[in-house]
Amino acid sequence: MRRNEDDLKAQFRDNVIVAGSVLTVMGALVVGTWLLFIRTPVEVDQLGYRGVAMEQVEFADDKLTKVAMNVAPEEVYELEPDDGSEERAGEIYENVQVLGHLSDENFTRFMAQITEWVSPEAGCGYCHNNADGEVENYASDNNYAKVVSRRMIQMTMDINANYDAHVNSIAAEGTEATATRVAQDDSIAGVNCYTCHRGKNVPEYLWFKDAETEAEALDKPFMGARNGQNLAVEANGYTDLNVDPFSAYILRDEPARVVYDKPIGDDNESLIMRTEHTYSFMIHMSKALGVNCAYCHNTRAFTDWSQSPAQRTTAWYGIQMSRHLNAKYLDPLQPVYPEHRLGEIGDAPKANCATCHQGNYKPLNGADMLSAYPSLAAPGPADQQDPALSPEEVEAKLNAN
Amino acid sequence: MAMLSFEKKYRVRGGTLIGGDLFDFWVGPFYVGFFGITTIFFAALGTALLLYGAALGPTWNPWTINIAPPDISYGLGFAPLKEGGIWQIVTICAIGAFCSWALRMVEISRKLGMGFHVPVAFSFAILAYVTLVVIRPVLMGAWGHGFPYGIFSHLDWVSNVGYQYLHFHYNPAHMLAVTFFFTNCLALALHGSLILSAVNPQKGQDVRFPEHEDTFFRDFIGYSIGTLGIHRLGLFLAVSAAFWSAVCIVISGPFWTLGWPEWWNWWLELPIWYWR
Repeated sequence: MRRNEDDLKAQFRDNVIVAGSVLTVMGALVVGTWLLFIRTPVEVDQLGYRGVAMEQVEFADDKLTKVAMNVAPEEVYELEPDDGSEERAGEIYENVQVLGHLSDENFTRFMAQITEWVSPEAGCGYCHNNADGEVENYASDNNYAKVVSRRMIQMTMDINANYDAHVNSIAAEGTEATATRVAQDDSIAGVNCYTCHRGKNVPEYLWFKDAETEAEALDKPFMGARNGQNLAVEANGYTDLNVDPFSAYILRDEPARVVYDKPIGDDNESLIMRTEHTYSFMIHMSKALGVNCAYCHNTRAFTDWSQSPAQRTTAWYGIQMSRHLNAKYLDPLQPVYPEHRLGEIGDAPKANCATCHQGNYKPLNGADMLSAYPSLAAPGPADQQDPALSPEEVEAKLNAN
Repeated sequence: MAMLSFEKKYRVRGGTLIGGDLFDFWVGPFYVGFFGITTIFFAALGTALLLYGAALGPTWNPWTINIAPPDISYGLGFAPLKEGGIWQIVTICAIGAFCSWALRMVEISRKLGMGFHVPVAFSFAILAYVTLVVIRPVLMGAWGHGFPYGIFSHLDWVSNVGYQYLHFHYNPAHMLAVTFFFTNCLALALHGSLILSAVNPQKGQDVRFPEHEDTFFRDFIGYSIGTLGIHRLGLFLAVSAAFWSAVCIVISGPFWTLGWPEWWNWWLELPIWYWR
């Protein structure tokens, strides 16, 4: 029962019309979508062997904007030569507890430089005006901002002196094609006040504990309990993961590793919930550094250090560092702050990866923040500092003079 | 190859797109045609190159043989054979073979005066592949964005591309594609079991006809899509799965570079949440 040629031709024509229409509509959809969402081309940094897709992907214009927004400031006041023969700041001024070993010129220079970094508008008075209205009493500790600043200077010295593996470790630049290129070089980056402050009195990226999470940790009925999750916030990258990815890993010392390293059948202590906690913290790291998971991991084996780029080592030191900074410096400052600086449940502002990184895997495009400011490289000799007194003791001493 | 006695009468002459009568013949049960020849050419050349690439590589373990695309730094240019060039030629061969295969279907359809539904459906599989190794790499500016040809290595690629966007399950087109794949399972299981229940009865029982099948579904869910409709639905589901798979990968990179979770912020930012 063969059809005649005319039938065949007619059917062929119909088919072509139908197929053509379908393809036209789909093509129009694709082109329309393209026009609607058109962006600059993406720029890609290859981090692994060709083909495994360990890549950083970013729109060219986003990348330019980010670079432009993260330019390190020029040095405003020059470092003066110091042969150690001049009188020390600690001998000249009262109550110099951490910078007493500097020369007068460099002490003044450093104070002026901090003003540029942290309070360019409020000026010296931001720290040196007293709570009781006295203006620019440089010796007094009667201003919480001065007490905090001193602690922050100590913290910065600690970072530069002891966390070389994090702050001076220069990982991927993203131009060459092999994994070997991420081998660390000797470049200096370091940190100074501007790394976090960026010309603001209070760094833009800080974290506080989540009030609801803390409350639920105490007591909460089953119904309506969020269990610290299911709320899309910036901290968890707008996922349903933990609202507070930080407390466990960079305040308390809980292990982020959840991959089970024993044979199946043993008691696996890693709950899915712990996996999600780790995931939320990793998402924070990713957002804070402006990178994706493949920057530090070959995702086929997240846990395996031997398959991970060198950046992962740098990041590991970063976790240790953040925990140290929060536990030793930032959290204990809680009693010093006025109420408006504290979080919802009255905790002190704390640092996470975003505090310094602010969306860049190398803060301030990897600029050297330290070489010009050796005052911040390490704590000065203890015998050249004034004794550490409480603000009240300092006031009593100053009043006695 | 054994052939049933009545098969010969379906061997209809003509309907070729290229080559006229030259390749209009059969080898055993297989129609050859111009596109049969090109299929064999591309498939053989591609396979030979894969074997060559494997021979250059460190292993003959079939799980870990890896024919990788060039480094990103080669952009959209040609790479040396041993640094991704093999992958590039294999890709050309694969597209050549797949398209030949589809066009051979077209010729067979034309011979038989049938619609082109089968080659059109198969084209969506080709589209998904071409999206992965041509469209997306071109949009992103380097052949190196194609996936490597290797059992383990292509899985690494899938994993890393997924994690480039932090959580690929939040990709809306991926959601659609996955939903279509699962719905295919549902539809095919329902359809296959329904047909068997009707036309493959126990010994001694009667074969049931579409009226029974329709009635089963009307009793079951209040509606039967019908004998023709179920196949339209099947084609739609299958083609949609392939289509949205292609979409979900082509938007990842060329149109979106952040994590997929935060793409959904448009939902969180809808003004409806502030209506009280």
